[in-house]
Amino acid sequence: MSDTPVKLSDAAIRRRMLAEFWFYFSRNRGAVVGLAVFVLLVLTAVFADVLAPHNPTMQYRDAILVPPSWAEGGRPDFLLGTDPVGRDILSRLIKGSQYSLFIGIVVVSIALAGGVIIGLLAGFFGGWVDVLIMRVMDIILAFPSLLLALVLVAILGPGLTNAMIAIAIVYQPHFARLTRAAVMGELKRDYVSAARVAGAGNLRLMFKTILPNCLAPLIVQATLSFSSAVLDSAALGFLGMGAQPPAAEWGTMLAEAREFIQRAWWVVTFPGLAILISVLAINLMGDGLRDALDPKLKRS
Amino acid sequence: MFRFILSKLLYLVPTFLGITIIAFSFPRLLAGDPVLLMAGERGVTPERHAQLTAQLGYDKNIVLQYFDFVGRLLHGDFGHSLVTKKPVLSEFLALFPATIELGLVAILLATLIGVPIGVLAAIKRGSWFDQISMTGALVGFSMPIFWWGLLLIIFFSGYLGWTPVSGRISLMYYFPNVTGFMLIDSLLSGQKGAFASALHYLILPSVVLATIPLAVIARQTRSAMLEVMGEDYVRTARAKGMPPRRVIAVHALRNAMIPVITTIGLQIGVLLAGAILTETIFSWPGIGKWMIDSISRRDYPAVQSGLLLIAGVVMVVNLLVDLTYGLINPRIRNK
Repeated sequence: MSDTPVKLSDAAIRRRMLAEFWFYFSRNRGAVVGLAVFVLLVLTAVFADVLAPHNPTMQYRDAILVPPSWAEGGRPDFLLGTDPVGRDILSRLIKGSQYSLFIGIVVVSIALAGGVIIGLLAGFFGGWVDVLIMRVMDIILAFPSLLLALVLVAILGPGLTNAMIAIAIVYQPHFARLTRAAVMGELKRDYVSAARVAGAGNLRLMFKTILPNCLAPLIVQATLSFSSAVLDSAALGFLGMGAQPPAAEWGTMLAEAREFIQRAWWVVTFPGLAILISVLAINLMGDGLRDALDPKLKRS
Repeated sequence: MFRFILSKLLYLVPTFLGITIIAFSFPRLLAGDPVLLMAGERGVTPERHAQLTAQLGYDKNIVLQYFDFVGRLLHGDFGHSLVTKKPVLSEFLALFPATIELGLVAILLATLIGVPIGVLAAIKRGSWFDQISMTGALVGFSMPIFWWGLLLIIFFSGYLGWTPVSGRISLMYYFPNVTGFMLIDSLLSGQKGAFASALHYLILPSVVLATIPLAVIARQTRSAMLEVMGEDYVRTARAKGMPPRRVIAVHALRNAMIPVITTIGLQIGVLLAGAILTETIFSWPGIGKWMIDSISRRDYPAVQSGLLLIAGVVMVVNLLVDLTYGLINPRIRNK
């Protein structure tokens, strides 16, 4: 008969899930705008060397602090003006998108991997393992994140790599907590018992049976951490503890521009605007992801 | 209630010990000899090196060193700054009021503006006000505040010339430091215009620091209100003909406030992290700027104790938030 259940192939199930996800995601207009901006940002980063009109570290000694091309005294070859040593700001901003995306990806990967493993261990084994791990996470969370990152950088030494490691360490407890909570919820379900009875070992239970069912909150948290990582690494750069000059990292650019705020608004305005737009786009996307992935919100 | 408070207090002990371990480890984790690092590029004579090592206790067993460290902390000895030679605790306490003043005004601004915006956005869900204010909240939430501060300085201090660029009060005024809070001390001094001047210096930094908490509070208030307004008791109140204003103020708002108060409490960490940036931009003489300066001066005893004190403050505030939460919501208390 026609109502016999049809066995769908795995690929078809995945396609349907994707279609359903897109249906809910695309209902949030802001999320779609955020996604579009984010894709543009990725493209900018990938093709940075082609897109940049000038070499981002080239100092044009005849063009120091040139205003944007539309302002009085601006030059058409420097669309967004030049900085105090004559470097083209637009080219540096384009180059800077690479830094921001790279920082976001590295920080989220480290924090996610570390947090998931720690959270799985805590949630799966419970008991003293759980107590010990969660106490350590509480301790890390007791410090304001930027402060702890600053102190870690002071230990490791200023620089982009160390800043990324520091931020990842500071973010990791959020992932550990989320994973633990999700794992504890799933652990009681029948399908886990069934897998256990079928003879699945601990590692298989943790990573193949339970983890895929805990992904939704982790994806949302990963998006939010991505935007925070861009913000915090820029803040560290601004405080002189992140990427070091002459790197075209947006926060570092702002730090270099600080003393010129009264004479050259453009050297301050554009790097910050780039940070704001990137972070905003990622946060918009995060809101959409939460709407699309959270089953509680779907029903309403 | 007593058991609830006691259990919360007991919960703090391991966290506090963890914080002391982190602070204790900090100078010992630095790559290289901490004494040489603190001495800087000029270096030290071997005698001075031995003297410093002994003074900092690095020549003893590491476990003994830790117990020594905690013992001294419990006696209120947080060590001495390498740069100013003054006790770290007194430096911290001298600067802390400036940060509290900034933080309190910021959180006050954020709450007084954020809560009404959130309530209004929830009541008029889907309206242009809702859309604009929530877009604004997301922009605020995504704001790099160190850039935002610079922009405000360019516009209000540079272009319009309305606000000062840095400091806490005009140099025209001088009065004794009674509470450390410029707003209070200026009133106590009785000097004409002093209070206005202090307020004038405070306004821009506090707006900058309030930006992210304001956005978070507005968003949280809106979603809490929306959730509560869908509840049965609100529908019942409406159905029995209660005026909408009363339904919102008495039935909805009071219940929606519970998560909002938690959110406000949880902003303390955000505020302290924000204070580091805000104080740096506005040369505000608080603990945020002091920590940054100490890190760049390699004044490690100051960084170590500052870390400990700030984490302690966060811990105590979180405890207070938890207790308030238990006070408002009996369900939590009796769990």
